[in-house]
Amino acid sequence: MASEAATTTGVHADAFRRFTAGPVERRKALVERLVACLLGGVTVLLVLPLIAILTTLVAKAWPVLSWAFITENPQTYMTSGGIWAPLVGTFYLVFISLAVAAPIGVLAGVYLNEYAGENWLTRLVNLAVVNLAGVPSIVHALFGVGAFVLFAGFGRSVLAAACTLAVMTLPVIITSTKEALSAVPQSFREACWNMGASRWQTIRTIVLPNAISGILTGVILQVSRAAGETAPILFTGAVFYVAVPDRGLASFLPYGLLDRCMALSYHLFTISTQVTGVSDALQYGTAVVLIGLVVSVNLASIAFRVYLRSRKRW
Amino acid sequence: MRHAVVSRLTPLVEPLVEGLIRLCGWSAIFFVFAIFFFVFREGAPLLVGTLDLGEFFTSVNWRPDSRIQAQYGILALLAGTASVTALAMILSVPAGLGAAIFVSEFCAPRVRETLKIVIELLAAIPSVVWGFIGYMVLNPLLISATGAPIGINILNGGIILALMSVPIIMSVGEDALKAVPDTYREAALALGASRWQLVYRVLLPAAKNGLLAAALLGIGRSVGETMAVLMATGHSVQIPHSLLDPVRTLTATIAAELGETVEGGDHYRVLFVIGTLLMLMAFAVNLAADLAVKGVRGKQNG
Repeated sequence: MASEAATTTGVHADAFRRFTAGPVERRKALVERLVACLLGGVTVLLVLPLIAILTTLVAKAWPVLSWAFITENPQTYMTSGGIWAPLVGTFYLVFISLAVAAPIGVLAGVYLNEYAGENWLTRLVNLAVVNLAGVPSIVHALFGVGAFVLFAGFGRSVLAAACTLAVMTLPVIITSTKEALSAVPQSFREACWNMGASRWQTIRTIVLPNAISGILTGVILQVSRAAGETAPILFTGAVFYVAVPDRGLASFLPYGLLDRCMALSYHLFTISTQVTGVSDALQYGTAVVLIGLVVSVNLASIAFRVYLRSRKRW
Repeated sequence: MRHAVVSRLTPLVEPLVEGLIRLCGWSAIFFVFAIFFFVFREGAPLLVGTLDLGEFFTSVNWRPDSRIQAQYGILALLAGTASVTALAMILSVPAGLGAAIFVSEFCAPRVRETLKIVIELLAAIPSVVWGFIGYMVLNPLLISATGAPIGINILNGGIILALMSVPIIMSVGEDALKAVPDTYREAALALGASRWQLVYRVLLPAAKNGLLAAALLGIGRSVGETMAVLMATGHSVQIPHSLLDPVRTLTATIAAELGETVEGGDHYRVLFVIGTLLMLMAFAVNLAADLAVKGVRGKQNG
């Protein structure tokens, strides 16, 4: 390119012209600017829908959004009232699935980063994690029906749905734990080993405390994923309607482990496609609360990550 | 004192903990096999029994409820999945990879961080909300824009799926570009290449396997997506003739029909057979993506 530029400007050009851009150089700069604008435009086009969607949803949901909308139960065949029962159901599912997935996922991450050697078994485990993350959500639902509802005998219940969600979100925790652990410098471990500590002692006293915050961001992401999923709970425990006490302590503990429950994501699906006569505002309101829940959990995780990066000492 | 306790317990605790950690590590393999086993187990009696595989793959007749003669042909469902996925990929692969190139090569670090956060939030929106957006927001928009009688169709589902798969295409694509050594960039810039020439002549060829993996993972995401297509693509089991035809995908069929089936019946089992098929498709896509990425890594090491 440079030689082309030299021939077009000519050998006899004076010293100043030698350093001004020739036509080739100018075209190069123009193309670069065009491409940058084009790619930037594409990126903006991806961001715009997000903003447009969020503003539309909030604007249409505005009439119903109030404290009562959150604390009241659905009434008169879901056409009025609030979203308390599904909201509590979502919390049940999220926390039970978290209780199942977090220990297994964190220990699996510890295994992959601290114990596994460079061999075919490790490769297989990594491949399994990737594949587990890629299994379609509806297949997880079928697995939940086959394994938890029928084989384990949980029936369609909170427990079966939460276990299905746990298997589904396991890769999120494993991957982020692995990343958090690999961010701990190897020299920390070596120093600890030199003091005579065993492998587990090193992990327990040095590696895990230094990685705990990174692990937590992964756990937070699991929460957001589990709260939003619908397909895996369709046939494993979510149900159209459950009558739930309106106030008092009983309204916080409406579901037993083997009861079916309502869930916010499934509730949004049913009131928008299965039930007739639900006002638009009620539907948009449910969608906004679901997005608000998931997005705020994600933002918390992001803020946490930024904060950690700013105070990292190594 | 404490030291004594620790040294007495450690030899006991250590192997136990280590065993537990290994067990959890291997659990991922266990779960993958368990998923395959349990889904296949429910579908197997039909698969080895009365299901005619030739008819299963080549017939467009999906009449699982018929009392006289139930027919299980999934060709129309395959066509539904293929059409929606194809449209989504046509929209999202150029957009996702373009955005990945922009974020990784063209924009300032501060803008990059903000954009990545926005894209992460885009990825966090639950699929049922995407379905709701398709059903409630995009549906009337498409009706007024195209004059079609119904706005829940391939176009709607394709747009929604494209928006859903952009984040994964973008993040994997960006990783692929970042994996190209900086020395390549420095060499190209030293030769007087502009940034676009650098991207076009150096980075794209060097990162092509990773970019291929990004597109493959996007396809995997689209094929496996359930709630959004269930709500946004309509419910007609048919071979589509235009972008404005409603279709039914494999995943939506399972989600829509499993609730109405009798446990152990043929209809129930055929849905599990479809589930097995979906899982095999997802595995194939993931393995291909994995091989593509491993391929590029091996070459760079060697």
